[in-house]
Amino acid sequence: MGASQTRSERKHQDLADRTGFSPEQIKNLHKRFQHLSGNEETISRENLDSIPALANNPIRKQIIEAFFDKRNQRQDEVGSCEEIGFEQFLMVMSHFRPPTLKTTDEEKEALRKEKLRFLFNMHDTDNDGTITLDEYRKVVEELLSKSGAIGQEAAKAIADAAMLEVASTNVPHMAPDDFYEGITFEHFEQILKGLEMESRMHIRFLDVDTTTMRCGKSTS
Amino acid sequence: MPSRTGSHSPAGIGRSLPERGLLLLMVLMFMQGSVLPLGAASSPDISHQENVNTHKAAEQLTNNTKKAFPVLDLDYHHIQTPFEISLWVLLASLMKLGFHLIPRLSGIVPESCLLITVGLLVGGLIKLAGEQVPPVLDSRLFFLCLLPPIILDAGYFLPIRPFMENLGTILMFAVVGTLWNAFFIGGLLYAVCQIQPANPNPLHTIELLPCLLFGSIISAVDPVAVLAVFEEIHINELLHILVFGESLLNDAVTVVLYHLFEEYTAAGTVTVTDCVLGVISFLVVAVGGVLVGAIYGILAAFTSRFTSHTRVIEPLFVFVYSYMSYLSAEMFHLSGIMALIACGAVMRPYVEANISHKSHTTIKYFLKMWSSVSETLIFIFLGVATVDGPHAWNWTFVTVTVILCLVARIIGVVGLTYVINQFRIVKLTTKDQFIIAYGGLRGAIAFSLGFLLNKDLFPMREMFLTAIITVIFFTVFVQGMTIKPLVELLAVKKKQEAKRSINEEIHTQFLDHLLTGIEDICGHYGHHHWKDKLNRFNKKYVKKCLIAGERSKEPQLIAFYHKMEMKQAIELVESGGGVKLPSAVPSTVSMQNIQPKKPPPAKPVERALPQLPRGREEEIRKILRSNLQRTRQRLRSYNRHTLVADPYEDGFGDFLIKKQKMIELEKKVRLSALIKDMNNYLTVPAAPPDSPTMCRARLASDPQAYSMKPTSDSVPTIHVDLASPQSPDSVNLLDEFRRAGQQQQQQKQKDEDQGLMMRPPSRPSGPNKPGADDAKDQQKLTRCLSDPGPSADEDEDEPFLP
Repeated sequence: MGASQTRSERKHQDLADRTGFSPEQIKNLHKRFQHLSGNEETISRENLDSIPALANNPIRKQIIEAFFDKRNQRQDEVGSCEEIGFEQFLMVMSHFRPPTLKTTDEEKEALRKEKLRFLFNMHDTDNDGTITLDEYRKVVEELLSKSGAIGQEAAKAIADAAMLEVASTNVPHMAPDDFYEGITFEHFEQILKGLEMESRMHIRFLDVDTTTMRCGKSTS
Repeated sequence: MPSRTGSHSPAGIGRSLPERGLLLLMVLMFMQGSVLPLGAASSPDISHQENVNTHKAAEQLTNNTKKAFPVLDLDYHHIQTPFEISLWVLLASLMKLGFHLIPRLSGIVPESCLLITVGLLVGGLIKLAGEQVPPVLDSRLFFLCLLPPIILDAGYFLPIRPFMENLGTILMFAVVGTLWNAFFIGGLLYAVCQIQPANPNPLHTIELLPCLLFGSIISAVDPVAVLAVFEEIHINELLHILVFGESLLNDAVTVVLYHLFEEYTAAGTVTVTDCVLGVISFLVVAVGGVLVGAIYGILAAFTSRFTSHTRVIEPLFVFVYSYMSYLSAEMFHLSGIMALIACGAVMRPYVEANISHKSHTTIKYFLKMWSSVSETLIFIFLGVATVDGPHAWNWTFVTVTVILCLVARIIGVVGLTYVINQFRIVKLTTKDQFIIAYGGLRGAIAFSLGFLLNKDLFPMREMFLTAIITVIFFTVFVQGMTIKPLVELLAVKKKQEAKRSINEEIHTQFLDHLLTGIEDICGHYGHHHWKDKLNRFNKKYVKKCLIAGERSKEPQLIAFYHKMEMKQAIELVESGGGVKLPSAVPSTVSMQNIQPKKPPPAKPVERALPQLPRGREEEIRKILRSNLQRTRQRLRSYNRHTLVADPYEDGFGDFLIKKQKMIELEKKVRLSALIKDMNNYLTVPAAPPDSPTMCRARLASDPQAYSMKPTSDSVPTIHVDLASPQSPDSVNLLDEFRRAGQQQQQQKQKDEDQGLMMRPPSRPSGPNKPGADDAKDQQKLTRCLSDPGPSADEDEDEPFLP
């Protein structure tokens, strides 16, 4: 009992060094992982699908898919898995860590690139390095999927308009016959420059376990 | 009587030096002339004279002496009060006008300083003229008439997202910061006053409680002053919302402290129960104020749901409900400012979905106008009251107050930031802290509160007033003038001028959902979760009640998209129609560049068009022009009580646009490339025709053919601008077309349809159906032409006054 305790602690410490979480946070996330997987070693898509709170989320499928996307594991692999272990779960979660007061500007820049890359991977489903018009249309359609018929028809127009904007900003002078292939990662970074991803794309990871406290407000 | 002619100078004046000088001279003359009735107001001589006159006249009548019928008579008393009010307002507006004619001055000195100086001058003039200065900064006038427009303007256009994101920080500064300031200043002042030098000092008579009261009056950051100064320096949104939010929310604290200390000064002692009651009172005042405001806001939103047939009075509801919320809150001694802010912020999303575009513009412009005039008047009155007020200057007291204010502010901000930064993600840097501390300006609210003090309870009232005025002058003049160069010096991040793009909006929404999803997967309820819950509740229940018709179901992204398109259309009109749409980067990219190249559809959609002989073309053009002119002559007359909510209501505007377009087209006869794939037009289908939101949401309402023509050379394209089929004008044109037997071609010139011009869907249809190019565009344009048009860079999300 004691031996396995230190072994898992060491593993946690190792994970903490790699992902940047604190050991308490990893313990919490591990508990949550156990809860989701039903005490198994891995979780599959069905486990995540069954979370009741996610049912109302319009982009649920993309979020779940992002967990199983190998590109988010920072190991330069592509494709998707069927099941993921705790380590992969943590890796995906680590994209959502906030910057601290001590983060330098270069680190902030790297952090922002990483988060933007995560978003890009979510949109670029066929992994060809660009977000094509169809993929972007799908994104907007999913966003408006809870809004009924009005949403579906408008989605196409909005996606087209957005694409046009990206093209105009990044490649201002195109001859009439040129074709804009799709949004590359650089263009993606360019258009989302104003949003300051490193400060916005994060959630608070708790040091205290609140999964059992249903009146949960974040404590940190 | 003052000469009125001088004030009506033509609009174009002011460019050359002699003209400017003439204008200033007229303004001065005007002021001089206006001094007389303003001063005469309080002098009893004239009224006495009039009484004598009427008495004499009566006497004469009874004596049956035939007196000549007075052809011209002077009865100033009759119109005295409204006349004076109008005179002051006119003076304020002329001053504002005058400042902007002197370019360098308005760059260096903030407007508030100039206005106070003007007030001092006017007050001085009145005193010199020997009249008594009217008590202009009467507290009732200030709190009931001058302050509400400014606060409503601030509350209605409050940027909700940054405000809510920083609410914790703002509340900390507002509540804890103000409390700290009040007690620190009050306590130390008392200590200083009690220092016993050898000779007896009038300061010794001041008790602790009046000192604390004074501290609470002087410690509150003033929203009017902050707005006036900050709007000129354009710092980044975060700092602006922090300081401004603090100035708004500290009203609750000020109200409670003021009443608390006032009551207890009468009583003489303070017990623990009183302190506890004070805390409870604070909660009641703050929460109660917000509740009152929210209730009125919901009422206003609900009322606006039914105004689709009486569009003219829509703005009135907004104003009256807001004002009533303020008055109701003041009635219960709750925080009126918080009520007003809550009312404006709550009602805005629903009201804007319900009201017409014109009403929206009206509300915006009226609010800006009133708040601008109010602000100007407040500063002028401050100057006048300074000249007037009984002053009791005491070197020690005043200087200690000024120093303590600064010190307290700095310590408060630094200390609070240290605590707040533990909880914030985006930490506040030292530069931010400096700006927040330096931006803590005091203003007219402090003065009015001091003015309200009862002379019997507070024998040192004059000294207090003098000190308050000195602090106000110091902060407004010294801090106000130096903050701009300091911002430059410290290279504080400025406000981003870039407009919000559709991509950012899409990704903001995407991010919201993503983060909510991740939080759900992690299993804890963070603030994304609650925000999402609130949004869903809002969408499911509240919007259905408060928004009329189809728009209650419109998702936010689509609403944003519509708004953006509207703005682009307005910009197109303002830039003259023929010029490229102003976009951040001039670009030649258009829709065809991003549409994937598909093989041409199997069915030959392209129709072979016969080459138009030149003469026939001219004939057609003449027919078109004559029809457009006929359209113009059929202008409808307006009933004062109805404004037809019809995009084509202004036929003249319609005509003008069409004429302009035709001229442009004739000038630039160019070929535009063939659009190969007709199915890839941008379109948003129209809402059902009877939806009340048609006018605003309609993008491509004309499901008409857009027939194609194979690439040809040198056929000059004629722009056909048709009204929608429902309008009688189009019927005429249709007839003409059938007679002409030709099919008109419309091609959009590439450099005229940059950006997001939408085209109507193209469907093959009968050869004689004319295409309707940019009919939607025209609708937007005509709708917009009759508006004065909000300026292109104004966004409802922007908190700053133009």
